[in-house]
Amino acid sequence: MLAQMQQNFQDWLVHAGNDTPSLLGLHATRGLAAYQNNYRTQLVNCLRASYPQLLAWMGEEAFLAVAIAHIDSHPPSAWTLDAYGADFGDSLRTLYPHNPDLRELAWIEWALSDAFVAADAATMALAQLAEVDWDAAHLQLAPSLRQHTLTTNAAVIWSALVDGVAPPEAQMLEVPAGVIVWRREFTSRLMQVDAIEHAALLALRDDDRFDALCAALVEELGEQDGVARAGALLANWIGAGLVVGVSAVG
Amino acid sequence: MSHSLPSFAGYGLGLRREHYRDFLETEVPVDFVEVISENYMVDGGQPRHILRQLRERHPVILHGVSMSIGSADGLKDAYLRRLRTLADEIQPLYVSDHVSWSRFAHFNSHDLLPLPYTEETLEVVCRNIHHAQEALGRPMLFENPSSYVSFAASAMSEAEFLAEMTRRTGCGLLLDINNVFVSAHNHGWDAEAYLRDIPPQCVRQIHLAGHTEGDGMLIDSHDQPVPGGVWSLYAKAIASFGQVATMIERDDNIPPLAELLDELAMARGFGRHLQEAA
Repeated sequence: MLAQMQQNFQDWLVHAGNDTPSLLGLHATRGLAAYQNNYRTQLVNCLRASYPQLLAWMGEEAFLAVAIAHIDSHPPSAWTLDAYGADFGDSLRTLYPHNPDLRELAWIEWALSDAFVAADAATMALAQLAEVDWDAAHLQLAPSLRQHTLTTNAAVIWSALVDGVAPPEAQMLEVPAGVIVWRREFTSRLMQVDAIEHAALLALRDDDRFDALCAALVEELGEQDGVARAGALLANWIGAGLVVGVSAVG
Repeated sequence: MSHSLPSFAGYGLGLRREHYRDFLETEVPVDFVEVISENYMVDGGQPRHILRQLRERHPVILHGVSMSIGSADGLKDAYLRRLRTLADEIQPLYVSDHVSWSRFAHFNSHDLLPLPYTEETLEVVCRNIHHAQEALGRPMLFENPSSYVSFAASAMSEAEFLAEMTRRTGCGLLLDINNVFVSAHNHGWDAEAYLRDIPPQCVRQIHLAGHTEGDGMLIDSHDQPVPGGVWSLYAKAIASFGQVATMIERDDNIPPLAELLDELAMARGFGRHLQEAA
């Protein structure tokens, strides 16, 4: 009985039909609308809070239309309301298939929020590096690191919106560009990276050995430039908190 | 379970982001702080860091909104593990949630939905409470909900349901006076009779909040100061239950901290008056 009521109630919340209340076994139904209103208002507010720059970019009316479509097609299932907007990009793709700037802007905003509460990483002592056997070294990436390939100038649009200046028109990039999002201390950051750095960071997820990174860069750039680039990248990554540990444990 | 429910007769506030700086940089005159558990059941970052700092200054109550203790298909262990990790780190004064349901199967409404007060519901809720208290290694508090509908199948009053729930599980009650006021108005209950049916020894915490009125119903909006009718009911409640941990709960239309502290001072005044009258 209780299970059936809960199934009926959730069906009614999701589909907002007029006929279901009779299935709920309610004695007094006058206040039923309050639950439908709470459910939808809360989800809309959650999406608005998750995507403030996308909301500013699209405008209130267009954003709300996507939010309503998303709520109808993606009933919430995660343990926390904060996770509800994770697949908002799906609805943007469906409703605006020819506007990749929208879903790429959404990716940026979601990744920044996600990184904000990602697992903490220990601070690496630089003294550790002096003792590293680099031929056997494994690099540990920050748990907050997220990567994506952008086809539009969404990163520039996002920056302009955050800075409160007029954003440029949406444009396709001549060549897709890599962006990374990560958290340093308590602040999430967004940075565009070149193709070599983007590929190097992606490759580290499958093979975290420093010598594999060197080998890949040598193949790409030649012996001298490849090794030099590997060293430069590593120094930058450690400095920026993208690499948070170096170990020789196999 | 290795813990018991302590008695704590202090006065506190619910922590909201708007007041982080006040709580971390000034001496806020509260005896405890209540936080929404789910906001801190994250892997890391600033929210956990702030909570750790706050815990060094005040006792903390973890108040959840997503356990869904009335779910007919049971609780989610992944949720309980996250909450256990947080509770073990923070060592809260109490861990609480609501007598409601929000999740069934793969759907999670993220709202506090009403339950019919039947023997079947009681069995489900008590089974889930036993599960939660075992998983967390401590007894919990559960809060009476505000509700806008009632079920034909209900065979007992809400207060009778809560009393039997505490008797079967050993959990305590977080009595939300505003929720009693709102539900009593919406369903035509006698709020004072409701309080009389609550076992006094089970009440460990009280919430005070405001509501809004629309279409003849009261809505538990938590966006207004505590109104006079709720204060009157609070006075009757502490006359029955004695002084327990009492806080102002404000979730929307958040005012400056000083305004909430003024409301908390009123609560303290009721407590003092009770002591003087004793």
